Amino acid sequence: MSSNKKYWKSVEELNENSSIVETLKQNEFVEEIPTDEFLGDKETLEETATTRRDFLKYVGFSTAAASLAACEGPVKKAIPYVVQPTEIIPGVANYYATTVADGFDFASVLVKTREGRPIKIENNTMAATNGSANARVNASVLGLYDSLRVQVPKKGEASISWDTFNAETTEKLTSIAAANKDIVLLTQTFASPSTSKLISEFSEKYGNVRHVIYDAISESAALDAYQAKYGERGLANYDFSKAMTIVSVGADFLGDWQGGGFDSGYAKNRVPDHGKMSRHIQFESNMSLTGANADKRVPLTPTQQKLALAKLYSLVVGGSYSGKGLSAKVDEAIQKAASQLKKAGSNGVVVTGIQDVNAQTVALEINEALASKAFDPKTPIKTRQGSDAAVTKLVADMKAGTVGAIIMSGVNPVYTLANTSDFIEGLKKTELSVAFSMKVDETSSEAQYIGAAPHYLESWGDVEFKKGHYALTQPTIRPLFDTKQFQDALLKWTGNNVSYHDYIKEAWGTDILGGSSFNEALHDGVFVGTIATETVETTEGTSSNDSTEESAEATPSGNAARALAASAKSTGLELTLYTKVGMGDGQQANNPWLQEFPDPITRTSWDNYLTISKADADEKGLVNKHVANGALNGSYANVTVNGVTITAPVIIQPGQAKGSVGLAFGYGKTLGLKSEMQTGVNAYALYQGFNNVQTVTIEPAAGEHEFASVQLHNTLMGRGDIVKETTLEIFNTKEKKDWNAVPEVSLNHEPVPVTSPKVDLWDEFDRSIGHHFNLSIDLNACTGCGACVIACHAENNVPVVGKTEVRRSRDMHWLRIDRYYSSEESFEGDNTKKDEISGLGSSLSEFGEMENASENPQVAFQPVMCQHCNHAPCETVCPVAATSHGRQGQNHMAYNRCVGTRYCANNCPYKVRRFNWFLYNGNDEFDYHMNDDLGRMVLNPDVVVRSRGVMEKCSMCIQMTQKTILDAKREGRKVGKDEFQTACSAACSSGAMAFGDINDKESKVAKLLEDNRMYHLLEHVGTKPNVQYQTKVRNTTEA
Amino acid sequence: MEKIMPKLEVNLTNNMKKVIHRKLGKNILRLGLIILLAFTASLSAQEGDSAKGKSLFNANCAACHQLDKKMTGPALRHVEQRLSDEQGLDRDWIYAWIRNSAGVIKSGDAYANKIYAEYSNAAMTAFPQLSDDDLNNILAYTAQEKAAPPAVVANPGSGATASNTGGVSNELILGALAILFILLAIGLYVVNKTLRRFVSAQNIDLPETTRTPLWKAFVKNQFLMLVTAIFFLLASAYFAFGYFMQIGIDQGYEPVQPIHFSHKIHAGDNGIDCKYCHSSARVSKTSGIPSLNVCMNCHKSIYEVAPETLAEGKAIGVNYNDEIQELYTAAGWDDAEQKYTGNSQPVKWVRIHNLPDFVYFNHSQHVSVAGVECQTCHGPVEEMEVMYQHAPLTMGWCIECHRTTNVNVKDNAYYTKIHEELSKKYGVEELTAAQMGGLECGKCHY
Repeated sequence: MSSNKKYWKSVEELNENSSIVETLKQNEFVEEIPTDEFLGDKETLEETATTRRDFLKYVGFSTAAASLAACEGPVKKAIPYVVQPTEIIPGVANYYATTVADGFDFASVLVKTREGRPIKIENNTMAATNGSANARVNASVLGLYDSLRVQVPKKGEASISWDTFNAETTEKLTSIAAANKDIVLLTQTFASPSTSKLISEFSEKYGNVRHVIYDAISESAALDAYQAKYGERGLANYDFSKAMTIVSVGADFLGDWQGGGFDSGYAKNRVPDHGKMSRHIQFESNMSLTGANADKRVPLTPTQQKLALAKLYSLVVGGSYSGKGLSAKVDEAIQKAASQLKKAGSNGVVVTGIQDVNAQTVALEINEALASKAFDPKTPIKTRQGSDAAVTKLVADMKAGTVGAIIMSGVNPVYTLANTSDFIEGLKKTELSVAFSMKVDETSSEAQYIGAAPHYLESWGDVEFKKGHYALTQPTIRPLFDTKQFQDALLKWTGNNVSYHDYIKEAWGTDILGGSSFNEALHDGVFVGTIATETVETTEGTSSNDSTEESAEATPSGNAARALAASAKSTGLELTLYTKVGMGDGQQANNPWLQEFPDPITRTSWDNYLTISKADADEKGLVNKHVANGALNGSYANVTVNGVTITAPVIIQPGQAKGSVGLAFGYGKTLGLKSEMQTGVNAYALYQGFNNVQTVTIEPAAGEHEFASVQLHNTLMGRGDIVKETTLEIFNTKEKKDWNAVPEVSLNHEPVPVTSPKVDLWDEFDRSIGHHFNLSIDLNACTGCGACVIACHAENNVPVVGKTEVRRSRDMHWLRIDRYYSSEESFEGDNTKKDEISGLGSSLSEFGEMENASENPQVAFQPVMCQHCNHAPCETVCPVAATSHGRQGQNHMAYNRCVGTRYCANNCPYKVRRFNWFLYNGNDEFDYHMNDDLGRMVLNPDVVVRSRGVMEKCSMCIQMTQKTILDAKREGRKVGKDEFQTACSAACSSGAMAFGDINDKESKVAKLLEDNRMYHLLEHVGTKPNVQYQTKVRNTTEA
Repeated sequence: MEKIMPKLEVNLTNNMKKVIHRKLGKNILRLGLIILLAFTASLSAQEGDSAKGKSLFNANCAACHQLDKKMTGPALRHVEQRLSDEQGLDRDWIYAWIRNSAGVIKSGDAYANKIYAEYSNAAMTAFPQLSDDDLNNILAYTAQEKAAPPAVVANPGSGATASNTGGVSNELILGALAILFILLAIGLYVVNKTLRRFVSAQNIDLPETTRTPLWKAFVKNQFLMLVTAIFFLLASAYFAFGYFMQIGIDQGYEPVQPIHFSHKIHAGDNGIDCKYCHSSARVSKTSGIPSLNVCMNCHKSIYEVAPETLAEGKAIGVNYNDEIQELYTAAGWDDAEQKYTGNSQPVKWVRIHNLPDFVYFNHSQHVSVAGVECQTCHGPVEEMEVMYQHAPLTMGWCIECHRTTNVNVKDNAYYTKIHEELSKKYGVEELTAAQMGGLECGKCHY
């Protein structure tokens, strides 16, 4: 041994008796390495026949097989019909007229079906009633293909057959009837003549039957006021196309006020025609869609609104109310509104959204006093019939145990009631509880039986929209699941063996049609009864007589105004609960289109939130801030109403009345929807006593909420060439160049309009031959409702990307509606301010200020989609020529050619190109409708589903224009006038969007191109877009 | 639908060449005459000419009646005999029934009502125009004994058989040639060996060749090596490119289908218009695979093919009658009972023409508007026993056609204005699809 030196690795080794040293002599590690734990159970491993070698063989084989298989295309099967239905031709769409009536949305629609699948909802232009398809109705087709629908009737958790369901429920109903206990039908507003008839037959058979109609979002006050005045339960109808002066006190009539659907009438008078347009004055607390469209908007808390309405009454009709408690500025605004109303006379109208019988009565009385043409109490709206009192009594009775059976249809009281626990307690005391529902939701999961209900596209039905105006619902597809309607069950329970279809047909034959053809009514989807036409005539003829009579009566009932003023007592911060255009009452919360639909005002998707004014937020220490990646974060706040507290994120809303906050219904659902859709907080918890105005206390809460906003800068910062705006006075008195000047550039020190070919980089292409498509968007008529956004989704297979992706600005909307505030009181103010900026220092500070919208800003909506520039910057930078221009004016996008460089998006001045970051179809990371076979049935077979890594954008619905052309070619005729449509223009009920061929000089869009209000977006860039905008004109004329 | 069907069937029957009751050719008539002569003696009791009867039968009765098979109406062989034996009904009753069956039923005749009820209350068409002689002739025809099925002799001259044997003989010839070459090689080797042995036995010195072998010289020449390497690289690149370019192009794709459907028989031999079955090609973007009810329009009465056709099929290994039975199974048609069972099994055809999803192609644009023949893209379908993909269906192929084909603007008001303006612009008489805008990306890709 050369050395006696001892080497040691640890002190332990020096200890000769150490067990560790002993172990280490034999083993590498002191403790056994737990290989079995990650390799799996030792026993199973030993039992298995697969050796390591086998495993490698499998891997090798499967890799080789996969590579080999890739060389050969898959075998595709084609399965034709055995017996092809005569009305179906594969590849050709069929349209059916039907009616949505889900208790919240009522609309006459056309359903486009392909190979028997409903794929899109369109407007039924034959319908003369209110209620064209809004964003929710457009999106409702997706609800049909909801993978979480109840597929069979259930008893508790167990699936049962309809026979069992009918037998068991009938037996229980009979015994409950025999015991003389109450049977309650708790339903949505059906407004269905045949259902009413059926329910009365059911009542006759079982005795003690009570029918309680429950509107999740109550219009009870307005209904009560109307009923007290006119003796019938309904809502006064308004036709805003007959009104030139509109005063609204807290009524969001472009949203969901009293059933909604007033926007198309409203828009008619918003477009200046022969120098005239309507004047709209809005008093409100939340910034609503209606307020955003108003010519003058006065932010008022709900209490102040009551005072304002009472004051308005006293000024217009007469009375003694003085209007104390309102600031001088507001008082002046009311004075002016009143004088304008008086001046307008029968051309004026007053509406209110205050949930107070007195307030509603006052509004009716003012309209009567004005003899308003827009006010139509003779054909009341029937689509809201709920009664708060009846529902309150029902919950009390259930709790007391006097209700034997409760049968629910179209309602979800456990979700929508404020006193949910009372309802559940009462429900447990009933002997029989049945819920007809499409989902295992909050209510149906508590009921004994779930009657699996069909979607409206699978159902029969009828609706009386307003008195004498009827509509029919017909199935457009066979029921996808084993579902039966509530009415089918009623028929079974009454021992009637006819189908509901036959029942409707019979009921219509005897009560409604008066000899007209049922099939024709079914074809049209709508039917106007003889009673209705008579009523209209009498209204026209005798309106003057009526008004004198009624104004005579009005004086004694000025009590209502006095009572209203007396009831207005402010006790702190006031919360106004409202519905969002996208979500409504929350029935469609599992609809990804609607979840991703950005709210028109806040531009935020996938959430509801507490809207608060800047002043109040500062006071409470609530903040909104932009984080490093540009997204918006907000504080949380605890909102407490009478001891009920919910924690909601806060958005600071310009235009929110100081002293008021807002929160939207429809969110915070927990059952019957995918986890991705479980967004927001449930505002119904604060909806106490069915009052949408509550006194609240607000405390900041810990944490920061991440919003998914699609528009992060709020104002135009004086760039008046994006949204052009002027006032009616200037529009009428000045030259076009003063208010809609074409920008000029300097050529040889001479100003030259940018439209001149002399200053163009490109040579002009001759577009005078064939079609040349243009889309015109009227900023005056656009209310920002967003029906076009959803229609575009449905038509073009636009994917849903989810909240986190929207937050990363990766939303896929081909069509967005930008919303701009003005930082000054008017848009002009903004422009002036920008022009006065001088020097770098000043620009930094002033632009910073300009980004903050003012306390009560003016709002403008601007739909923006691909502008289809004739000189498109995107086309010149594509390295693979994937985007090119067609002779018909459309900017084409060949997805299969695109390699995804995104140069085009970077070079687009309008930022309308959308990049597919991921594969959105068949991807569990994006578990929306495109991820399951059922949801994919909604896809439009004429438009390709884009894959990952390509750029996509609005195609100006080239599939629709090509179809129109082909139809004409096949029939050997010219294309008809205004026959061309895009999905957005067809969905636009306000007439803001017009589409057509400008080479057809007779077309609407060709005339609009010559209109003085016409301008192109960013005209000075010289892109020569094929989308025109019509300058927004505001009627600022004060009386 | 049901009501117009007999009419259709009659028309079709007249068109059928290969179908059993279409034997109106002169040969067949002659054959009929011979049979008639053969039977004349035994049928002395019957008056009437069964050959004339046969043509009358085919013209008037065959839509609903067969001799040996229940169809819409009962089987009619020996009908007279049967009626007189079983029901005691004479020939006058038959006259009356044929000329006006409804009248007989109305008169309360027991048997007439029974048969009316048995055939689900479907009244027989009245034939008042048929004279007694005509009826006698028809009855004579129905009274014939069932002829033994003609012995099917495999036709050695038929194309299919020829090509089949051709395949075998080619292999034989090749094999024989190979053996011949091997024999030759062995022979040469043996001769060489013998000669060498002979040389060594004779002690003659063969001069040793010291030339470097060719391959060594080749390897040493760097220039040649370089050129060869470049050549090989280029060649392999060429073939690799060729190989990769054909991936996904399924020209000639000829899958085996669940039912052996012969376009040759239908579109070729019988001359049925493509759009009779593929009707949606006229109005829709898809040409549509015919639903089974379209097949059954004809095949309700065509339950088997003519013996010649059957033989042709057997020669290529297909029993057409079995294929018709498969159609019946799929459509849920009970041929014996002449009714649908409701138990259908949709046919899963293998799709041949697959355009990628990102291409929009509309049949009606090409078929109805442009008037393009189906064969332009689908090839000689009327000659295809088994359907295959004729065209490559590549974008280059589409564009080539758009560049060379003129737009069919005749009598189409849509084109009037645009054609006038565009042709002036381009200075041509007739515009091609490309000039009309048929090469724009967005016309097919959206």
